[in-house]
Amino acid sequence: MTGDHQTLALLLFSTFVAVTLGITTWVSRNRRGSEEEFYAGGRLFSPMENGFAIAGDYMSAASFLGISGLIALFGYDGMLYSVGFLVAWLVVLLLVAELVRNCGRFTLADVVASRMAERPVRIAAGASSVTVSVLYLVAQMVGAGSLVALLLGGTSDAARSWTVIGVGALMVVYVSLGGMRATTWIQIVKAVLLMAGTIALTALVLVRFHFDVDQLLTTAAERSGHGRDFLAPGLRYGGDWTARLDFVSLGLALVLGTAGLPHILSRFYTVPTARAARRSVVWSIGLIGGFYLMTIVLGFGAAAVVGPDTVRASNSAGNTAVPLLALDLGGGAGSTGGTVLFAVVAAVAFATILAVVAGITLASSASVAHDLYASLRRRNARPYSEVTVARVAAAGIGAVAIGLGLLARDLNVAFLVGLAFAVAASANLPVLLYSLFWRRFTTRGAVWSVYGGLVPAVLLVLVSPVVSGSPESLFPGVDLRLFPLQNPGVVSIPLGFLAGWLGTVTSPEPPDHARYAETEVRALTGAGAV
Amino acid sequence: MEKQEGRDPATVRFDDPWYDELAAGWGEHDQADAPAEVAPGSVPRQQAAPSAADIYLEVQRSPAFQEVRGRYRRFVFPAALAFLLWYLAYVVAAIAVPGLMARPVAGAVNVAMVAGLGQFATTFLLTWAYARHARLRRDRAALELRWDTQEMTRGARQ
Repeated sequence: MTGDHQTLALLLFSTFVAVTLGITTWVSRNRRGSEEEFYAGGRLFSPMENGFAIAGDYMSAASFLGISGLIALFGYDGMLYSVGFLVAWLVVLLLVAELVRNCGRFTLADVVASRMAERPVRIAAGASSVTVSVLYLVAQMVGAGSLVALLLGGTSDAARSWTVIGVGALMVVYVSLGGMRATTWIQIVKAVLLMAGTIALTALVLVRFHFDVDQLLTTAAERSGHGRDFLAPGLRYGGDWTARLDFVSLGLALVLGTAGLPHILSRFYTVPTARAARRSVVWSIGLIGGFYLMTIVLGFGAAAVVGPDTVRASNSAGNTAVPLLALDLGGGAGSTGGTVLFAVVAAVAFATILAVVAGITLASSASVAHDLYASLRRRNARPYSEVTVARVAAAGIGAVAIGLGLLARDLNVAFLVGLAFAVAASANLPVLLYSLFWRRFTTRGAVWSVYGGLVPAVLLVLVSPVVSGSPESLFPGVDLRLFPLQNPGVVSIPLGFLAGWLGTVTSPEPPDHARYAETEVRALTGAGAV
Repeated sequence: MEKQEGRDPATVRFDDPWYDELAAGWGEHDQADAPAEVAPGSVPRQQAAPSAADIYLEVQRSPAFQEVRGRYRRFVFPAALAFLLWYLAYVVAAIAVPGLMARPVAGAVNVAMVAGLGQFATTFLLTWAYARHARLRRDRAALELRWDTQEMTRGARQ
């Protein structure tokens, strides 16, 4: 990697930081810090704007770098991420988006608390939302670190650490100064940049192969050294039944996790009506679907043009496949085209990380202030305004994420995201669906459902090969493995649903039909929605 | 702003991505005026000022609301079950019958690739069908119920 790359990429990236900081100060001028403003950006975004912002929130660095890298290394098995990440949006569109918009105000806990005893439910849902957000944040921080390591041409530890700290500091500035309004505009800018970059690279790959997809796939299969097996299932998740079960577990977590992600749910509150929420999801499915189709082309393109061996030599997890592909498509190392394209891709990936990190931090600071602080503060304590608490919480969450990001920097990015999805699907989705659709659901059921998904999911990760016992794990020296799978979804998601059912049927209190009637009428008609 | 949006959907629909062109004339038997038969005004009102809880229970029992909920659930539940089963079949097939998934279809493209692209296609198709169904069969009736309910609860609080 030459100095030209670094200079140009840093220049482009500094421009993005300057523009987004400009947006942050511009949109927050003359705004008073009301909750409506800070958490929901005033609720006046159009469906198209929100659709781009949702896509911007969702298309993380894990998708752009991680999925293409996995496809470049393992061929077909990497495609599962692309398919799962998209199909998951049907759960959001059909079962969640409109109803959540109608029932809630700012967070997931609002929806559940509207028909339950407020305090225990808020604490449970707030705690699980913060857990999911922190896991997801760590994944993005790790992505930022490896990207910079690549950019600086080595695994300079100091540079990686400072990058993680810098990203964390920037996101705290965005969120605590700009709130939802600034964060949304940053997502929109980033979504446009990312789509433009992906379209350009995809077009270049297709031009290289004269728009002959068959030739692209054949070349990728030949260069992989696996022949036709590269295009069929089994390269990564073939082997024994443990690996195969891991594949199913990951597949389940991907498709059910999206609807439980706090930063995605909070996006529906930025539009005025449920109908607008639906239309933003339609926009985002169009954008996200197109994007993931292109990541497949980029992945096989990287295998065909760069070759899996070169990709693996640069980064064993495959995270650098797309930048390497860009370098080659632009004319190779040392050429002007290659330098420019490489720098553009690196800057886009970095912008992606920064924007996603800001979105998640905002959602989790809302959970801390609106759910946890409001429920847990002492009754006689002087009440600080919720927005003040949220700003402070953003800084605190930033600090936690920086710490964990430094600790976990050697883990695979797409895979870390898979874990966050598993926890979201186990802890948040069951309680959300039960609250919206089950007449007999009770407070005890809601609390059990959250903890019954959250605790097993987190515990199973702690005793899985991710944390200890294998060369790639967080603590390779010790061995605490009790659970063979890397992704806990296949066990913890059913447990979350089961715990909710069990808590409800053993509940001493009768279900409150009047409050369910209110939830149902409001969810489907929008009566009384803010 | 909700009132304006509900009463004049044509003015705010211009920016919508992919259902307008497609909305006209797919072989669905419903017409744009179908929600009219729901007669949302038929929510019965009580004379003595009822509590908000009573009002919501009453609205929930009303035929107009039952119709809206029925239309929503009759579309969403089968559709969600279908796409989840189709997705699970796709995932499980990869580990259970990898030989079948590896069978070539045309050139380098095999069954697994076709199934993966099929997932994309069905997702787009179902998104479009759901948006169309909600817009034509549910939106207007739900909006009228919303105003009726809000009128009634306003009375309850006074």
